[in-house]
Amino acid sequence: MTTPAATATTTGTAAPRTSLARIFVTEALHEFLKLIRIPIFAVSTITLPVMFYVLFGVALGGGEAGGVGATTYMMATYGSFGVIGAALFGFGVSVALERGQGWMRLKRVSPMPPQAYFVAKVAMSTTVSALIIGALFVLGATLGGVRMPAAQWFSLGLVLVLGALPFSAMGLAFGYLVGPNSAPAMLNLFYLPMAFASGLWIPIHQLPAFVQGIAPALPPYHFAQLALGTVGAAEGGPAALHIVVLLAFTALFLTVAAWGFRRDEGRTYG
Amino acid sequence: MTTTQQTHDDLSAGHAAPVLAELLSASKQFGSGAATVQAVRGLDLEVRPGELLALLGPNGAGKSTAIGMLTGLTAPTSGRARLFGRDPRDVRARRRLGVMLQASGVPQTLRVRELLTEFRGYYPAPLPMAQVVTAAGLDGLEGRMFGELSGGQQRRVLFGITLAGDPDLLVFDEPTTGLDVEARRGLWATLRDLARSGRGVVLTTHYLEEADAQADRIVVIDRGVVIAQGTPAEIKAQVPGRRVRAQTSVSVAVANRWPGVARASREGPWLELLTGSAEPALRALLDLDPHATGVTVAEPSLEEAFLALTTDMEAAR
Repeated sequence: MTTPAATATTTGTAAPRTSLARIFVTEALHEFLKLIRIPIFAVSTITLPVMFYVLFGVALGGGEAGGVGATTYMMATYGSFGVIGAALFGFGVSVALERGQGWMRLKRVSPMPPQAYFVAKVAMSTTVSALIIGALFVLGATLGGVRMPAAQWFSLGLVLVLGALPFSAMGLAFGYLVGPNSAPAMLNLFYLPMAFASGLWIPIHQLPAFVQGIAPALPPYHFAQLALGTVGAAEGGPAALHIVVLLAFTALFLTVAAWGFRRDEGRTYG
Repeated sequence: MTTTQQTHDDLSAGHAAPVLAELLSASKQFGSGAATVQAVRGLDLEVRPGELLALLGPNGAGKSTAIGMLTGLTAPTSGRARLFGRDPRDVRARRRLGVMLQASGVPQTLRVRELLTEFRGYYPAPLPMAQVVTAAGLDGLEGRMFGELSGGQQRRVLFGITLAGDPDLLVFDEPTTGLDVEARRGLWATLRDLARSGRGVVLTTHYLEEADAQADRIVVIDRGVVIAQGTPAEIKAQVPGRRVRAQTSVSVAVANRWPGVARASREGPWLELLTGSAEPALRALLDLDPHATGVTVAEPSLEEAFLALTTDMEAAR
């Protein structure tokens, strides 16, 4: 090792400004590179909802649900399922893994703008969500024979992408609550039953009555109902109610995450 | 250490040696109630340009907590931490800081160049990439993924990250732990050069010999408090200069009253004395017990001197 010459030891206030946009782009790009270089995560997050849609929506479907074709209905529900998975795992597992490690501490002592970390993760989970939604739309339009006006495709896609927000917050809260090793298992224990009980796999009206009673307490139910609303298959309550409930859950999860973030400050250094 | 109370709001105003970073009676406790751990107690510390400051202490002494407060990782429970005259959590202060922690969990699937680019991007005037690569000894490794590198190479990447922003203050937490003798020597030379170039360098270590040979100033911490500080020579002057051992029946209580004896202890038939100079103690010993055998006089190792300092503290508490 050699030493760099004392080039800029007296860097004053006239130093060029760092570009926030460039930092965000680099951070998001690296988040993406990290992911595609470990394909297991991406493959399972993307293929699971797509595979379920093909099996239960396209192969077994053919009937109708909620007043629309089953392939249309399930495009909305498995779309919700996929987006929730990408957000929960994209945030939950990575935050749980990274917060316990020196890497996060190194980032925290660097002049990285703190929001860059979260912007990169949001960009990442949005990209994965968009890939899932794109795959489902292509399968729906071809194998599923889904026919809708362009505006409906667009609004369904938009609702699905925006739905990542409350579940990113949920993943974040999880990431701060659970340990790095148990994170994937804990998330699955939570995610899969919750998805089932919210009517993401089997249309909600086909579920046992007591499950239908629980569903309104679960955030994915409200998300799925919003998505179904765009294709005219919603049941139970106006869209505004679902939006309010999801925003309330988002606030709750962010509060928990912020608490966990502060708790970490004391824990990282002993 | 001088207790300057100057204002640091404008470091460019041209003080002879502006303080880069300081702790002002900083304390840190973790947890609450019965589980409270007082990691650091009323710590005063300052770092100036061009000096290599070693924070020395046994494991769990509070070194990492001190570093954490200095770099804004953690806020003092009481007292203050200042970095370039600002709160250490202020991004503007951190733009002049480079830190090498005992890092783990660097993304294994990012390439060396990508990692360095990421960190260079945070700073307004980073060191040119080629210079970072050369300075950290990473030539030819730029395209490799972090996970493919050897332990030593991974350390060099972390070192490169520390230099990436061309910082005025560099902080290293246990930089030499786990390095072989040669690598350790190389790193020390590099740190010396960094200090010589006018930067402030702070590091923690529990290798006393290293701190002694390389640092301009040593601050010895034990159980969260400073127990000694000064130049290496000043530190050594504070600890007993000789160790006398002999097989004798003289009791520890008696030996402790002899002139110059800092500490007497017994180990089976052996009496051991730590003393400023050997002769008065030897005279007293042979006067009282002419049959004492196996008498040896040695210079205590620095390790022992350090131990003497830390156990004195314990006794005083």
